[in-house]
Amino acid sequence: MTAYLLRRLLYAVPILIGVNLITFVLFFVVNSPDDMARMHLGEKRVTEEAVQTWKQSHGYDKPLIFNPEATGIARLTDTIFFEKSVRLFAFQFGSSDDGRDIGYDISQRMWPSLAIAIPVLLVGLAFNISYALFIVLFRATYVDIGSVVLLVAMLSISSLFYIIGGQFILGKLFHLAPISGYDTGLHAWKFLILPVIVGVIGGIGAGTRWYRTLFLEEIAKDYVRTARAKGLSEGRVLFRHVLGNALIPILTGVVVVLPLLFMGSLITESFFGIPGLGSYTIDAIGNQDFAIVRSMVFLGAVLYILGLILTDLSYTLVDPRVKLQ
Amino acid sequence: MPLMPVVLWTDALVFLLIALGLIFGLHAARHEHLRAPWRRVVRSRVGVATLVVLSAYGLIGLLDTVHFRLKTDQPSSSVEPQTVQYAPEVLSLFDVALSGLRERQEKTYSAPFATHLFVKEAIQLPDGTLIRDYPRLEHGGSHLADPTTERGLDIAFRALLGMFKGLLAWGLIGAGILWLLARRRGEPLAAIRADILAGRTAIPWRTALAMLGLLLVCGFVAAELAANYHILGTDKVGEDVFFQTLKSIRTGLLIGTLTTLVMLPAALLLGIAAGYFRGWVDDVIQYLYTTLNSIPGVLLIAAAILMLQVYMSNHADDFASLVERADLRLLFLCLILGVTSWTGLCRLLRGEALKLREVDYVQAASALGVGHFTILARHLLPNVMHIVLITVVLDFSGLVLAEAVLSYVNIGVDPTMNSWGNMINSARLELARDPVVWWSLTAAFVFMFTLVLAANLFADVVRDAFDPRLRGVN
Repeated sequence: MTAYLLRRLLYAVPILIGVNLITFVLFFVVNSPDDMARMHLGEKRVTEEAVQTWKQSHGYDKPLIFNPEATGIARLTDTIFFEKSVRLFAFQFGSSDDGRDIGYDISQRMWPSLAIAIPVLLVGLAFNISYALFIVLFRATYVDIGSVVLLVAMLSISSLFYIIGGQFILGKLFHLAPISGYDTGLHAWKFLILPVIVGVIGGIGAGTRWYRTLFLEEIAKDYVRTARAKGLSEGRVLFRHVLGNALIPILTGVVVVLPLLFMGSLITESFFGIPGLGSYTIDAIGNQDFAIVRSMVFLGAVLYILGLILTDLSYTLVDPRVKLQ
Repeated sequence: MPLMPVVLWTDALVFLLIALGLIFGLHAARHEHLRAPWRRVVRSRVGVATLVVLSAYGLIGLLDTVHFRLKTDQPSSSVEPQTVQYAPEVLSLFDVALSGLRERQEKTYSAPFATHLFVKEAIQLPDGTLIRDYPRLEHGGSHLADPTTERGLDIAFRALLGMFKGLLAWGLIGAGILWLLARRRGEPLAAIRADILAGRTAIPWRTALAMLGLLLVCGFVAAELAANYHILGTDKVGEDVFFQTLKSIRTGLLIGTLTTLVMLPAALLLGIAAGYFRGWVDDVIQYLYTTLNSIPGVLLIAAAILMLQVYMSNHADDFASLVERADLRLLFLCLILGVTSWTGLCRLLRGEALKLREVDYVQAASALGVGHFTILARHLLPNVMHIVLITVVLDFSGLVLAEAVLSYVNIGVDPTMNSWGNMINSARLELARDPVVWWSLTAAFVFMFTLVLAANLFADVVRDAFDPRLRGVN
């Protein structure tokens, strides 16, 4: 088990290096720092001095990969690649293009993201599983057909419309919840109602449909027939046998997204004005702040790999047939 | 020549896609085992109904893909008669067909079917006094002398006229289909008609014709009304929303189809190669897709589009026109969406190829000394095509939805391009106005929802028809 974990962690290193190289190529080779400086300074005719000053103040005035002017190890470390990309491995995100400490910003902004993502995940999970079980209980009846049509329809609506519709109906027409904004500490709960409701409703279509398929696959298996033949009630068959076994794919599906909850939801957060990591990223994209986008790409990759490892671990916990070697 | 054809990059790819589709279609028509699953698709009622809707969208998208530049009317004196000047504006067949809608601009917002502007303006009365009131629209309902009394009747009359025309067209097409069917089967017309009405035909013609009738009636009513009104209102700068949302169809379809087209070669090649060769080839390819997969998709797209923006703003002279620039950005968006979405298909194909390489006929071929390339092309490729097709169809609706979200974040298509995402993006603050400006959002919602719903339902039918594992179940 420990050996397996260690190997997986080691395997993550080349992947992260790959991610780093891709972002490095995207951000520094495709367009030179000079291009970025001109873009930021905005005007068509920027003086060479202005470009140089901008590059110097943001640390982009070094050679890309190899610094022939330095001596010893500094030949490799006193470069953009080392300063901007390699340092990410130590989670030193550096400062954003407008001079703020990215690491500090991330540590502050992950809490609002989690405050929305966790309730959405939990409530959504509870609702979707219950609804799917309800559909399966009435399978091959009008309840089933009607629900499936409803789910496909819900799945075909863009998430933007759920947010706009939720804000309009709950916020503007009925004044049930504030439309957007955030507050510190526990006072924030008022502002969480709407995003959480919208998030849950937006996830019903895809979620419930998937769980329904899982349950239907499970219900066709032999052991369910045996359970019925023994005379167990339909409720007991569903809740004890089917749900218990279907929990394996459900759990692993949930675990893989757990780490990514930190990243928050780009769209939800920017619509509801929540100062989380999602809106942080959106703002960075809008302001063309490459340092932040680069950091978020790296963070996202780390969390994704963490999710994969956690999934493997959760398999061994819930399914005794799976052994890690 | 009265016009000069313009082939944008995306147009060329669409034509390539159509050519590939035709070749594949002709090939499939000659082989029974390839025709069988398609027959299952067209024999399902949901299948034909969604197929009709998708074809309608496809037709509009296709008309909007044929681009050209019109000849300008030049003053006869100044320029020599030999040189032909073309207008700088790139138009499509669709633009020309709906040039009325395109050109009838108002000043700013107006509600659907409105005859007056949405905001008050200072109007000078004939006697010289100034009042603040809602001015009449320049085009919407401008043929009415007294809008308050005449409008309702006029709309009802035109709607009825449109419905009548729609029914007429439907009757003609229906009769044509009936005649063709009767000729092919050698049965009398009445018998065929009775079969269709009772729903006894193998292909559910009744459903298909009903859906077609619905679309034709809606289309003709809309066309009849749109000639004199802004049936979905106008937006902030006074453009007709109905025209905008129809133009957005092409963008949505392109994102949904071209993305798969550009990612397909890589996914196919790498997926099959990884599964077939195993060993270090497999390791390298797995490493490649795990790495790409671990970058959050939105961020990779954002980074790539940001870089493209930097490039475009620094090389603004390389692009001949705004349309060309927007078109290249769309193509690039398809490419980068392809890069983020090929990994799923690649993984599936690798798994399938791993299974297939152990199958007897592949083993036999390799024992007989058949080369790797021939085995890949003749034995593996045809046997993974159903996976490719299912994935392509399933991915389509997700890509259309993704376009809206990306455009909202400003990393989607060019802001000057018509797309549902751009419509939503520019309309999201309109709900905060009082009274509410709801029509842009509603239009984008209805058209997008119809397309995505049809695509989702169609995808389910295709998956059920093509997936050999599901064949026994249904």
